[in-house]
Amino acid sequence: MRAYTPKDNVQAKSYYTDRYYVSPQVPKQDVESDEVFTADLAAISAKFKVNESYIQVGQMVVYINASDIYGVLELMKETLEYTQLSEMSAIDFLAKDNTFEIFYQMLSMNKRKRIRIKYSIEKGQAVDSVEKLFRSADWSEREMFDMFGIEANGHPFMKRILMPYDWQGNPLLKTYPLEGDEFAAWYEVDKIYGKEAREAIGPEIRDTARVDRYDSERFSRLGFEVPKGTEITGNEPKNEESYQEDGGVFLIKKFDRDSSTIVDDPQR
Amino acid sequence: MAQVTNRLTPFFENITFDRDDNELVLNFGPQHPSSHGQLRLMLHLQQEQIVKAHPDVGYLHRGMEKMAENMIYNEFMPTTDRMDYIASSSNNYGFALSVEKLIGLEVPRRAKVIRMMLLEINRLMSHLFWLATTALDIGAMTVFLYAFREREYLMDIIEGYCGARLTHAAIRIGGVPLDIQDSFIHQLRVFLNKLPENIKDYEDLLDTNRIWLMRMEDVGVVSKELALSWGCTGPMLRASGFAWDIRKEEPYELYDEVEFNVPYSDKGDNFARYKIYMQEMRESAKILYQTIDMYQECVKNNETELMAHAPKYISAPKLDIMTQNYSLMQHFVLVTQGMRPPVGEVYVATESPKGELGFFINSQGGPYPYRLKLRAPSFWHTGILSDLLPGHYIPDVVSIIGTTNIVFGEVDR
Repeated sequence: MRAYTPKDNVQAKSYYTDRYYVSPQVPKQDVESDEVFTADLAAISAKFKVNESYIQVGQMVVYINASDIYGVLELMKETLEYTQLSEMSAIDFLAKDNTFEIFYQMLSMNKRKRIRIKYSIEKGQAVDSVEKLFRSADWSEREMFDMFGIEANGHPFMKRILMPYDWQGNPLLKTYPLEGDEFAAWYEVDKIYGKEAREAIGPEIRDTARVDRYDSERFSRLGFEVPKGTEITGNEPKNEESYQEDGGVFLIKKFDRDSSTIVDDPQR
Repeated sequence: MAQVTNRLTPFFENITFDRDDNELVLNFGPQHPSSHGQLRLMLHLQQEQIVKAHPDVGYLHRGMEKMAENMIYNEFMPTTDRMDYIASSSNNYGFALSVEKLIGLEVPRRAKVIRMMLLEINRLMSHLFWLATTALDIGAMTVFLYAFREREYLMDIIEGYCGARLTHAAIRIGGVPLDIQDSFIHQLRVFLNKLPENIKDYEDLLDTNRIWLMRMEDVGVVSKELALSWGCTGPMLRASGFAWDIRKEEPYELYDEVEFNVPYSDKGDNFARYKIYMQEMRESAKILYQTIDMYQECVKNNETELMAHAPKYISAPKLDIMTQNYSLMQHFVLVTQGMRPPVGEVYVATESPKGELGFFINSQGGPYPYRLKLRAPSFWHTGILSDLLPGHYIPDVVSIIGTTNIVFGEVDR
């Protein structure tokens, strides 16, 4: 049977994977292998339910329940000296099991340790804002809302931050294509001129290197100049005008297309 | 007639004011020369005093995290250049290091030394650029010209190494692609020998300058609590009383072998930040002198490896690719399909010139990162403006934005 691939993940996928390929794992260590982490974990698990915990690449990862996040971060900030929230965001596992995984990257400068707190939420569920504890969560929760559509309860200003306020769709979802959806393709046209202008303006040209030989509005046609806006059908007369400095330029002969030879053979 | 807001034609008649409280909303940017890129600030003013500031970002948003999910790991490297484009090698390095940590690669010593050289040159470039632009914002044209002159020299050295001046892409996952050119060490020495004199020139111009002091001293004071709460890092954090430098506290590369100091101050104002930048330039020079010695030691010990040896993830050296069939096959697979790091997660923080540059990578074993989160220091240094600016006056806005040293390539990503 062919391996199942989620159909609603439209991100780039490898076109070939060996069917017997088994990915190696980044090694995980037990929390007991580190004293500081052991004590921290004990303090957290005394008050809150810890679903899973391990050390990976020198940092402890702790899985908790979504409803405990404010309490856990408060405990970490007030008593465990994890005074900075370096980063927080979400990972989209909707295609796999209809959940988002939220992570909070904490830093303790006194202990020189980093802990990652994680939990899962269902699609459509909101998270508890930790903006009261860490002001930096103000912006990262907004970014998460912008990119994934996950709202934070109790946030003072739950608006988009990177995308325009009137944007539709959440760009970092796996269902959102890299080149944007239909709304994104027509965003400027719809906003400035209205939907009815779509046909007159036409889709955005994404190929920046494209040169249209018959477009006399936007491209100068070197050696074949025509007045701007002339309709060109392909058999327009050759323009004989050419430019030459007075008295010529040292060592440079006047370029004349008709009397020059065009070398077609790449090998010569 | 109702106003149609989604058309370009403006309609200004029949404007009514909702409030009559003397509060003026001033829109600053996004195209203001001192907004260091595309920062838009909505400032609520009472006379000249700011009562509320609302930074608005996103004008340079290119969706790098999205792009990363659709690129193989090596393909993403040049994109990281466009984050903090003032010191692009530090972004390259942060990304390379995080992928190396994910795979568990050890980089050859010579490559480490070259990387450290590049990182410190980038730090100097970034700090000189910071000094130049901030001084210019405040009106010190001479310092701008002096600092750009020195930065130009560094850019020439970098150009000689990788061919690019701004977007270097000079670091690869697993090492560096090239050895430094013959003239590199000599040029660097010439620059470093002159640097203390140059820094003294800047300080002579600024340290006792009445205008500079009035714009800098006791302006934009970031308290310890605020700095921690907003996740400030780098010079912003060190100016607020924390001697926290990731190079020192969580050493990567060979930073545990070099000797340098971490300047910090407990003032937290613009002037403290300025002094820290100046002092960090001296420390960078100190590190660079030591890396030159380390490099020459590598040459003496005949350590010529520049890329890690890990055929599953890293292409073999060019000579092997050209002479050995299996290396060529590996190379072909790595270029067309990309490396497949193990399943797992990693968050790696490095000390970029602006602060803690972190890369969070979630790998599901495929050739594309499943999720890549870029933790750019400037993002939070912009956010802090909303808490920092109220109470200040309009001219202070420019100097505070200057000393936060934000670069919009990494704020908006």
